[in-house]
Amino acid sequence: MLEIFQFDFMIRAFIAGTAIAITAPVVGIFLVVRRYALMADTLAHIAFLGVVAGFLMNISPFIAMIGTSLISVFCIEKLRTSKRLAGDSLLALFLSGSLAVATVLISVFGGFNLNLFSFLFGSITTVMLSELFIIMPLCLSVIFIILMLYKELFFISLNEELAEANGIKTNILNTLIVVLAAFSVVVSIKIVGALLIGALMVIPVLAAIQFKRGFKSTIVLSIIFSLLSVLLGIFLSYYLGIASGGAIVVVALFLFLLSVFLNRNKK
Amino acid sequence: MQITNGKKCIEVNNVSFSYNGQSVLENISFSVNTGDYVGLIGPNGGGKTTLIKIILGLLKPTTGTVRIFGKDIKEFKEKSLIGYVPQHVSKAVSHLPATVKEVIETGRTARIGLFKKPTKDDERAVEKAMKMVGVLHLQHRLIENLSGGELQKVFIARALAGEPKILILDEPNVGVDLASQEQFYNFLQKLNQEFGLTILFVSHDIDIISCEVKCLLCLNKNLIYHGLPEEFLTREYIEKLYGKKVKFIFHRH
Repeated sequence: MLEIFQFDFMIRAFIAGTAIAITAPVVGIFLVVRRYALMADTLAHIAFLGVVAGFLMNISPFIAMIGTSLISVFCIEKLRTSKRLAGDSLLALFLSGSLAVATVLISVFGGFNLNLFSFLFGSITTVMLSELFIIMPLCLSVIFIILMLYKELFFISLNEELAEANGIKTNILNTLIVVLAAFSVVVSIKIVGALLIGALMVIPVLAAIQFKRGFKSTIVLSIIFSLLSVLLGIFLSYYLGIASGGAIVVVALFLFLLSVFLNRNKK
Repeated sequence: MQITNGKKCIEVNNVSFSYNGQSVLENISFSVNTGDYVGLIGPNGGGKTTLIKIILGLLKPTTGTVRIFGKDIKEFKEKSLIGYVPQHVSKAVSHLPATVKEVIETGRTARIGLFKKPTKDDERAVEKAMKMVGVLHLQHRLIENLSGGELQKVFIARALAGEPKILILDEPNVGVDLASQEQFYNFLQKLNQEFGLTILFVSHDIDIISCEVKCLLCLNKNLIYHGLPEEFLTREYIEKLYGKKVKFIFHRH
């Protein structure tokens, strides 16, 4: 057996990594096709603020991340529906705003023993057994909800007005997508890192889209690319001693470029 | 739902709509009977699309009510009985990786209901709609690779897959050449006559549509005309709608 599988932390990293790899693109595709790709990055920065706040208040980073994410999602959706700000400005505001608040908190209450680097760039050694019991059910719930609402989510991605005209509750589904994205970010942050989770949700989807297939096939392809990225990335991270988030996203980027190359003749 | 011909299926009562303090529609009242083929015409900016969106329940009228099959639109639950083909479909969906069949299946989504999977009946309705519109051979193609006319057909098939009783088309791109225009209008005639579908067709092309429809509605903020197309084709109404200086040449097909 490979040496890599003799360590419990590596096995935990692979289990969590597999769950994340399936969840991220399944949610990510709905963000990408709705031109909401930056939402994942915004949520990741908000989650990072949650990590810092959670540490200061001495509560579990997961609880703190979910808390800050849900509050922010609520605010973003309120502001979006009030049409006070355009969607992309809104995301820019929350993305940099939450990072700014996190940085101020770190500076003011500096010197705490928190491995911020691993939260920003991901680390394979940090997933604890107790956290697997949070990550796994969350990933399964996200996937289950998307499977149950697949046809409605596809419909609003096709055309919101048509869906609404057919009596589909588009507002609820829109908020739901963002909430599911927030959960995907929260479960991925330890392995992929806040700065790079957005890339894992988006790049495998972009690679899959290059193959010019239908929606379902595109989802399946994006899961394959995402799994390859995460699992290869964890291997690279272990053997080369590099941050796992970077390794995962670099593999994803490579797969994207390969997909572009393989499909260069399709119009 | 039991539907008999001649009963009112769309009733618009005293509907007004204003947007940012500007009046778009004023005091519109009319009704459409089941089995009708109605053309809704008027100049651009005359409020045609707004009126359609109010009928579909996408916009709330400032005053007035809309009833569909006798029920207030706010309480009308069987929304898939209205098949809707929106304007500018090609611009709206080009970014989505999806096949023609996947798009047409959304016509069943609301009917199937939450948390339920499509049945054999749903598959049959989708296939029937594809055959009727003549897009069966395109079913595995990506929508981004379709021409504007093909995409239009796909969205009509999508609306028909829901087995609607009313079909609302908002300024469909009817094709550039006369042959495909004629084909398109013949198809709508067939839907109306053979399948008994009530059609509300929005256009700014008075010329062609007035030769096709049974009943004409002319809208320019107010409802200027409601009646037979033949009577509309007198100078009086056209001047009211478009102003005095416009010269009209009518082609009879």
